[in-house]
Amino acid sequence: MKKFSVKDIVAIGIGAALFFVLGRFVAIPSPVPNTNISIQYGLLSLVAVVYGPVVALISGLIGHALVDFSFGWGIWWSWVITSGIVGCIMGLSQKKVDIINEPFAGKRIVTFNIYQIIANLIGWAVVAPVLDIVIYAEPANKVFIQGLFAAASNAVTTAVVGTLLCVAYSAAKPKKDSLSKK
Amino acid sequence: MTNLFNYIDRPSPVHRMTGAAKLVCLLLWSFGAMSSFDPRFLFALFVLAVVLFKISKIKVKDISFMLWFTFVFCMLNNLLIYLFSPQHGTEIYGTAHEILHIAGRYNITQEQLLYHLNVILKYLATIPIVLLFVTTTDPSEFAASLNRIGVSYKISYAVALALRYIPDIQREYHDITLSLQARGVELSKKASLVNRLKSASQTLIPLILSSMDRIEIISNAMELRSFGKNKKRTWYRHRAFSAWDYGAMILGLVILLVSVALAAFVNHGRYYNPFV
Repeated sequence: MKKFSVKDIVAIGIGAALFFVLGRFVAIPSPVPNTNISIQYGLLSLVAVVYGPVVALISGLIGHALVDFSFGWGIWWSWVITSGIVGCIMGLSQKKVDIINEPFAGKRIVTFNIYQIIANLIGWAVVAPVLDIVIYAEPANKVFIQGLFAAASNAVTTAVVGTLLCVAYSAAKPKKDSLSKK
Repeated sequence: MTNLFNYIDRPSPVHRMTGAAKLVCLLLWSFGAMSSFDPRFLFALFVLAVVLFKISKIKVKDISFMLWFTFVFCMLNNLLIYLFSPQHGTEIYGTAHEILHIAGRYNITQEQLLYHLNVILKYLATIPIVLLFVTTTDPSEFAASLNRIGVSYKISYAVALALRYIPDIQREYHDITLSLQARGVELSKKASLVNRLKSASQTLIPLILSSMDRIEIISNAMELRSFGKNKKRTWYRHRAFSAWDYGAMILGLVILLVSVALAAFVNHGRYYNPFV
């Protein structure tokens, strides 16, 4: 198993706290009734590219479980697990995007978005419905349509919010060659 | 803001139990209820949960908001299931006893009704116990209990950090939205969807960048205090198990075993099928 650095632990904690606050209190109503736009996945994508798949996986799991606990509708393990998996897959782009050392622009934005779209599709349109069928024996066509809708809305949200956050994060970081020796 | 997870402090045996024992019981209970589709068993769990509620002195009005929320959620889910798959019960139980024909493939069969009853009973069997856990467990004890049931202490500490910083981040978010609104950023329904997402991002950028800085500060402080040097750590909120705690854990185990036994010996599968 991977050894966690102290920074990873703190990133998991703060990531989960941000995920919780965004998921619980920052509800942006969407045109479809009873659904909200989940901007917390935009945040999760930033955590994923900065700290990698394992941190994003655990952050997503903890954050989503806390949201479920606090709403009191029971814990939907199928969706909690999916949040973790989506974070994990987005984190696989960490090395390619390399937001720590390189400016986040052009091709890297495209790479980031390809990964997040794949992550959202696998997570919401495959993993979540399959778990819903296995755990809760719900009808297949219902959960797959729900899943496709969630995948599409989360992918769009991550594309807008996640990309903006990454650009802002990258701009706020000091550049690699910003100091020169005289 | 301190009462984020709806923790209600009252003197009762359930409150005095350690978080670890309640967490074990909750997990075993929810796995037991999750795997079974036997209405008799699920109804028994519901009755048991109501009895536990009585013991814990939590009143219905304390949690009425959450119950209402869950009720709407449950009804919506049932409606969706029926709209998408009116023959789901027949697929599961293998027979069709029609009661009422509506139109096309939409009819009402006894099988479908039994399936919906199971779905509703699943809510009734698990929601009260989750609410009970949330209302009777002090969040700061929660992290210590995670470590107790075998989650590595670093992960437990991450949970503790999350719980510790949620109120701070909430306050910061509140301050940022107020200052942005003062500058005329529109977050309500008046703006179009894309604009709303954009202005949400404007709020998020300062919030998240400052939180990223915070990660550096906290991890430096923890490193200075040698966090993670040893294999174990102690918890301030740690308590020894009492008889009630062992009772709760045994109860959880019994529920899971009964659920497995029903599936293995009585129902021959996850479903209780009265139609064959």
